Amino acid sequence: MSFPLLTATAALPAVGAILTAAVPATRRTAAKWLALAVSLGTLVLAALVAIRFEPGGDRYQLTESHAWIKDFGVRYELGVDGIGVALIALTALLIPFIILAGWHDADSLAVSDSGPAAGHAKRWRPTQGFFALILMVEAMVILSFEATDVFLFYILFEAMLIPMYFLIGGFGDRAHAGTDENAAAQRSYAAVKFLLYNLVGGLIMLAAVIGLYVVAGNFSLTEIAEARASGQLEMATNTERLLFLGFFFAFAVKAPLWPLHTWLPNAMGEATAPVAVLITAVVDKVGTFAMLRFCLQLFPEASKWATPAIIVLALISIVYGALLAVGQRDIKRLIAYASISHFGFIIMGIFAMTSQGQSGATLYMVNHGLSTAALMLVAGFLISRRGSRLIADYGGVQKVAPVLAGTFLVGGLATLSLPGLAPFVSEFLVLVGTFARYPVAGIIATFGIVLAALYTLVLYQRTMTGPVKPEVRAMPDLRVRELVVVGPLIALLLFLGVYPKPLTEIVEPAVRHTMSDVQQKDPKPEVEAAK
Amino acid sequence: MTASAVPVVHSLWTTAAEPVDKIGAPTIEYAQLAPTLIVVGAAVVGILLEAFVPRRARYYAQVFLTVVALAAAFAAVVGLAAGGYGSTKAGIAAMGAIAVDGPALFLQGTILLASLVAVFTFAERRLDPAHHGYRIDSFAAEAAAVPGSDQEKAAVKAGFTTTEVFPLMLFAVGGMLVFPAANDLLTLFIALEVFSLPLYLLCAVARRKRLMSQEAAVKYFLLGSFSSAFLLFGIALLYGYAGSVSYARIADVVDGSVAAIDPALAATMGNDVLLLIGVALVLMGLLFKVAAVPFHMWTPDVYQGAPTPVTGFMAAATKVAAFGAMLRLLYVVLPGLAWDWRPVMWGVAVVTMLGGAIVAITQTDIKRLLAYSSIAHAGFMLAGVIAATPDGVSSVLFYLAAYSFVTIGAFAVVTLVRDAGGEATHLSKWAGLGRRSPLVAAVFAVFLLAFAGIPLTSGFAGKFAVFKAAAEGGAAALVVVGVISSAIAAFFYIRVIVLMFFSEPKPEGPTVAVPSPLTMTTIGVGVAVTLLLGVAPQYFLDLAGQAGVFVR
Repeated sequence: MSFPLLTATAALPAVGAILTAAVPATRRTAAKWLALAVSLGTLVLAALVAIRFEPGGDRYQLTESHAWIKDFGVRYELGVDGIGVALIALTALLIPFIILAGWHDADSLAVSDSGPAAGHAKRWRPTQGFFALILMVEAMVILSFEATDVFLFYILFEAMLIPMYFLIGGFGDRAHAGTDENAAAQRSYAAVKFLLYNLVGGLIMLAAVIGLYVVAGNFSLTEIAEARASGQLEMATNTERLLFLGFFFAFAVKAPLWPLHTWLPNAMGEATAPVAVLITAVVDKVGTFAMLRFCLQLFPEASKWATPAIIVLALISIVYGALLAVGQRDIKRLIAYASISHFGFIIMGIFAMTSQGQSGATLYMVNHGLSTAALMLVAGFLISRRGSRLIADYGGVQKVAPVLAGTFLVGGLATLSLPGLAPFVSEFLVLVGTFARYPVAGIIATFGIVLAALYTLVLYQRTMTGPVKPEVRAMPDLRVRELVVVGPLIALLLFLGVYPKPLTEIVEPAVRHTMSDVQQKDPKPEVEAAK
Repeated sequence: MTASAVPVVHSLWTTAAEPVDKIGAPTIEYAQLAPTLIVVGAAVVGILLEAFVPRRARYYAQVFLTVVALAAAFAAVVGLAAGGYGSTKAGIAAMGAIAVDGPALFLQGTILLASLVAVFTFAERRLDPAHHGYRIDSFAAEAAAVPGSDQEKAAVKAGFTTTEVFPLMLFAVGGMLVFPAANDLLTLFIALEVFSLPLYLLCAVARRKRLMSQEAAVKYFLLGSFSSAFLLFGIALLYGYAGSVSYARIADVVDGSVAAIDPALAATMGNDVLLLIGVALVLMGLLFKVAAVPFHMWTPDVYQGAPTPVTGFMAAATKVAAFGAMLRLLYVVLPGLAWDWRPVMWGVAVVTMLGGAIVAITQTDIKRLLAYSSIAHAGFMLAGVIAATPDGVSSVLFYLAAYSFVTIGAFAVVTLVRDAGGEATHLSKWAGLGRRSPLVAAVFAVFLLAFAGIPLTSGFAGKFAVFKAAAEGGAAALVVVGVISSAIAAFFYIRVIVLMFFSEPKPEGPTVAVPSPLTMTTIGVGVAVTLLLGVAPQYFLDLAGQAGVFVR
């Protein structure tokens, strides 16, 4: 038996989380370094996964399979395709930056030598908890990208809500207008909203998971997909549609798709910037990933049946998210609405059912992760300096902190998909792929790009240019730690913008498999050749 | 029952035809009944200890006796199961009164383990500071003393303790062991009374808030008596219908597969009214004990008023026993009637799941909240009962095992959070508990997440097993209702977590008592079982699966 690389990639951060949580209360810095080391180790393992993965090989590689719960027909089955590899790499790459960016986020909670909790200061270890929770989320997200057993995936999909929930509710953004009590109330509201939305989605999926078991008799993705393809497993049309809707609902909440998106602005607004990145760049990708892997593979007919409705919802997400982003006064909520718009693009690309659309969507998942991380983390640095999330409180920052303003601009330009930066490639592919099948949808979606330019540039103009506001005057520029966070992200955005080939090579075979699952061919093969 | 010859009335006292020379001694399989006999025997010894052991030594003697008895009884259950009495050698013991089979042994094992864990919380004496130099537990110094009277004060000053709770608990456990194994209706009724009466008493002996405790006991007693009366009346009607109280005999009559039909039976067995009303009344009695809507009214008051260790014990063990009895009744006696009871139980399951979950949202007392949550869980288990398949049985068995340890653990945590008036059960006082005692709050959060059925906890495995069985049994709509009520229920479990972790602690909030190793054991076992059954449930699912066949 070979070394279980996939398990190790998820197990390392899980073990790291437990160790980090066990660091004594007074050794906060040690906990931080430990978490960072663990996340870097995970990155190495993820790189190994990417190296060992052969794009031209089997569909699922590095597979592992062990008996787990026989009574439920559940096995511990792992395997990655190209999409999984890309997303594991994204996750493993972002976590060290998230940890670095959040280096001091939990410190203010730890220093409570006065107040009612003073006597318990020794046992209260928020810093350790913060980093342990981040690592726990990483472990669960990575394992969910690897799971090829529906039940195992479901368990992770649900279980990752719990650490996420504590991250949002327990370590909210300190930069809040209003009183502390008010802030605490809003934070806990955001956390509860996040949890309830996702839990309801997950429970509806649970009903569908049980239904799938009753129909198929086991949970193995590969076995069910094979049985379906060979015609051994027939599903009644209505059964398939209901099961599809059960799965899709959960993923659409997570993704999030309009009209199930309303938890995201609250959660991202109230969470600290690194946690907001964790939500939108990492955890939400599980939703779109699952649409590709589970919805399309398990229920190809129902997917085709639902496509028109989903495309419409995705279009609404794109335009509505962008319009609301234009109107935001709060920087983090603005980025949240921009993300909703971007998730609309991803979902549209997936359900356009063309290979450009789906490769574009997969690239989009990675690029959106990188660009949002860059923009949001710099925004977080900005907010931590001034102590306010309101756009109106800033002005003229570029004269005081030019590096900060510059990186903010690059992040923003990536978000609006400027050619030369990575997101452009993916957005272009999604639009081309959509246009080939649904020309009208392609045209409407293009307005999303125009609006993206509007909200990004207006945000930059209002905060960075113009006369220097007195409160901003003493603002320090980016520190070394912060540069270490932003620099590599921007370099990656540039690199993948110019040379996306390493990514597309890994992704494309997987997309071909998915396309054949739904028995779809590209409507215009010549577009394929032109690319 | 040979009413075939209809004699003239006075012949009853004029013809003493055959002299009664011998009454055959019943044959009793002592070994197979060992678990029950050990527990009941220990309870009798416990009463003797009360009478003859000096007051100071009683506590130690009782705790020792109880723990040893429960452990020995559990060992006996394991021995019987290992000897094949759960599968190949399953049979009827004690002249047809008791069934020794897989489900019975599994449920008895669960009850004994749960009681063993619960007894540690009964024995806890470190939560309150010592009083007049005596360590005190959760029970009144002298139960008979009027609350607030001089007699009570004197009892407290003298350091009296109600060590009778241990034999009482053993009697209750004895009844519970018989209840799911009862193989005729009279044994069922007697077992019900044997475990109910000690529970009524145990509810009344709280040390703090004694009036509330006594009120709870009276309510429980009154409503419990009603339900017993219903059950007994139902038994009478079923006897009238089938001419027997034996499960096998009634099942035969219901199926129409009875071999010899005598005239008396022929006259009644066509009478479905007797059968249906009888079954309805018996089921009402059982649904009362499992706290299913609409027979749940007693639950919140009793759970709140009873001493918390008793609440935990009662919530776990009673539910196991009552569900066991219900399963046996429905699967052994009434499979031929499934078309009649299933729709009704559907309705009960739906209102129980939804009712428990919705009403729980408005609760402000942690014990009442857990009471309503237990009602919702009864609904989930009913969904598995309705499946009417072997999978349905084993899923409910597994759920019961998972649920009892979560429940006992959760109530054990409730005993730790205290202020000047004893346990601080009002939810507002739990604000910020996560800041003061992260460990206790985290443990309680684990229990809450298990109640909510979050994956990787036993609650999820149980819920999944039950819903899967229900879906396979053709009750897909019930699964959807179950999922919706799980979502509603998740809301209030999470509200408590929010309160503990995200609210600022109040300056004069409660403190968390540092318990003795006894309660720590209870909580530790609760957490361990919760996580073990959540992550690696296969072994226990196998056990429950092998135990899924009733003997008849």
